Amino acid sequence: MSISLEQMKWMYATMVKIRYYEETMVTAYAEGKSPVFNIGAGPVPGEMHLAAGQEPAAVGICAHLRKEDTVTAPHRPHHHAIAKGVDLKRMTAEIFGKQSGLGKGKGGHMHLFDPEVKFSCGGIVAAGIPHAVGAALAAKMKKKDWVAVAFVGEGAANSGAFHESLNLAAVWKLPLIVVIEDNAYGISVPKKVSTAVASNVERAKGYGIPGFSVRDNDPREMYQISEQAVRHARNGEGPVLIEIETYRYLGHFQGDPELYREKNELNKLHEKDPVIRLKSLLESEGVVASDIAQLEAQVRKEVDEAYDFARKSEYPTIEEALLDVFE
Amino acid sequence: MTVKLYIDSIHDALQEEMRRDQGVFVVGEDVGVRGGVFRVTQGLIEEFGEMRVIDAPLAESAIVGVAIGAAAYGLKPVAEIQFADFILPAVNQIISEAAKMRYRSNNDWSCPLVVRAPYGGGVHGALYHSQSVEALFHHVPGLKVVMPATAADAKGLLLSAIRDPDPVLFFEHKALYRWVKDDVPDGDYTVPIGKARLVREGEDLTVITYGLMVHYAEEAARELEKEGVSIELLDLRTVSPLDREAILAAAKKTGKVLIVHEDNKTGGVGAEVSAIIAEEALFDLDAPIARLCGPDIPAMPFNPPQERFYMVNSEKIAQAMRKLAAF
Repeated sequence: MSISLEQMKWMYATMVKIRYYEETMVTAYAEGKSPVFNIGAGPVPGEMHLAAGQEPAAVGICAHLRKEDTVTAPHRPHHHAIAKGVDLKRMTAEIFGKQSGLGKGKGGHMHLFDPEVKFSCGGIVAAGIPHAVGAALAAKMKKKDWVAVAFVGEGAANSGAFHESLNLAAVWKLPLIVVIEDNAYGISVPKKVSTAVASNVERAKGYGIPGFSVRDNDPREMYQISEQAVRHARNGEGPVLIEIETYRYLGHFQGDPELYREKNELNKLHEKDPVIRLKSLLESEGVVASDIAQLEAQVRKEVDEAYDFARKSEYPTIEEALLDVFE
Repeated sequence: MTVKLYIDSIHDALQEEMRRDQGVFVVGEDVGVRGGVFRVTQGLIEEFGEMRVIDAPLAESAIVGVAIGAAAYGLKPVAEIQFADFILPAVNQIISEAAKMRYRSNNDWSCPLVVRAPYGGGVHGALYHSQSVEALFHHVPGLKVVMPATAADAKGLLLSAIRDPDPVLFFEHKALYRWVKDDVPDGDYTVPIGKARLVREGEDLTVITYGLMVHYAEEAARELEKEGVSIELLDLRTVSPLDREAILAAAKKTGKVLIVHEDNKTGGVGAEVSAIIAEEALFDLDAPIARLCGPDIPAMPFNPPQERFYMVNSEKIAQAMRKLAAF
């Protein structure tokens, strides 16, 4: 099982896009919030949960997905949205609360919906898993070979919805893949304090379904395991559980003092950065530096344009707050 | 008396009661090492250890369910739901179990449980970090619902809640945490559950409200005073059970009633307050009862203009006061 050069380039470009998107958001979010941190100030008010470092989980599986496949994501959703192909301009406008946003500015960054690519996310932990089960059920009932992927954090695996969803998907043999992104912390609480098993993949046995671990945030391994998982689900063989050890470079939210982190933890993580690792892989495959630079420039341009679009868009009117309650 | 922040008085109530009563313990998400996302429980794990300040997995139903069991077997749990919006997975435990424990067990069992949760908007929390959920529980017999507006009440009511033999939901407006400070009596004292507080006396019209809105109504009342309108302001403090006596006395006194809350208008606490007055004091009224509430839309919009539209504020209250005074 190998990755084609084209796929590898797509993964690299998408990871760079995600990283650059999140880094740009760090700056945009900080505007107006100093010297005293005021969560309500600046062009992007409210909470902000960024995913820099967690790119492999999103790109590794989305590389195998089609437009018709469903993705549900949690409160830290930018990497999933970008990898699934959500409209970047309208997504960014939503995060800025603008009328041109995916949800006309009502939702903000945790609440992005793009029916074009069957993407949704939400601010309640684990609430998206049963929705993915429903999408998988719909695919089966319509006799389509579509799959549904539910991304969750490792903290969500302890919620009732996780258990209920996996049991249902298994007993109904639905094309569902649950991807647990183990970024080591549920806000401040380390996994070992909240979770009785070292790896959530052990829980797959309890549902009689295959479970796979991806170690060390490895994008290539995530790609390969996802290929098997998606094939399994698409072939009608039932759900699959994947847990990837990933890392979040930033706080749970922007402004998080991160007192729970161990010393030097971040330095050690940056040393094995997945973007750099994938770049080395591309180089070893003979992709020349100028081609890599061109890929990077292209995605950065897209991101810059999306932010520009968001900033230039207008806020919705007050009257629109009352719309879209019922048909 | 010591001037204290609202958040500190809640912290102090927990700390003092945990010192006084070995049966009191705190359980919730991030309440331990992090000290809660708003820092209400900061320092408690250092003083009382991890057996009494428990960092729970992300499983609200389990947090409340376990607290119910512990309460039934002699402990005094104070469960924290990180945001009131996250209480919904625990509603089955709260309504089907806690509220009915005494009634269904022939008064043999009780459930001395406190569930604390920060509620309310105006802080750019968007859909799932802004909700007011009191009306859902206000409807349910067997539950007490407390919503303090001041630091002094927060401490006195929380001590009452912990010592109460029945389940109490304790909702803290997150905008009050570090905005409101007032004189807090030193040492041990309680404020009775079910008793309203007359904030200011007036002759021309009566405002009945609770939580954050008490402060906005006070600001508006000071404004109206300059215009020659004197306002009777009643802070309900507890929305279940309602202080019928105080509501009726305040309504009869001026004959004009404005009910204010941030929660959606339809089926809100204000509807019940209005019904009590209509049933028992209709002929004392000089004007139709007025309500100023959040609009009936499913959630608080994220973007700043629509959030401002949703939130009741002192200007909107002043407008409603002028209109009612002129009737």
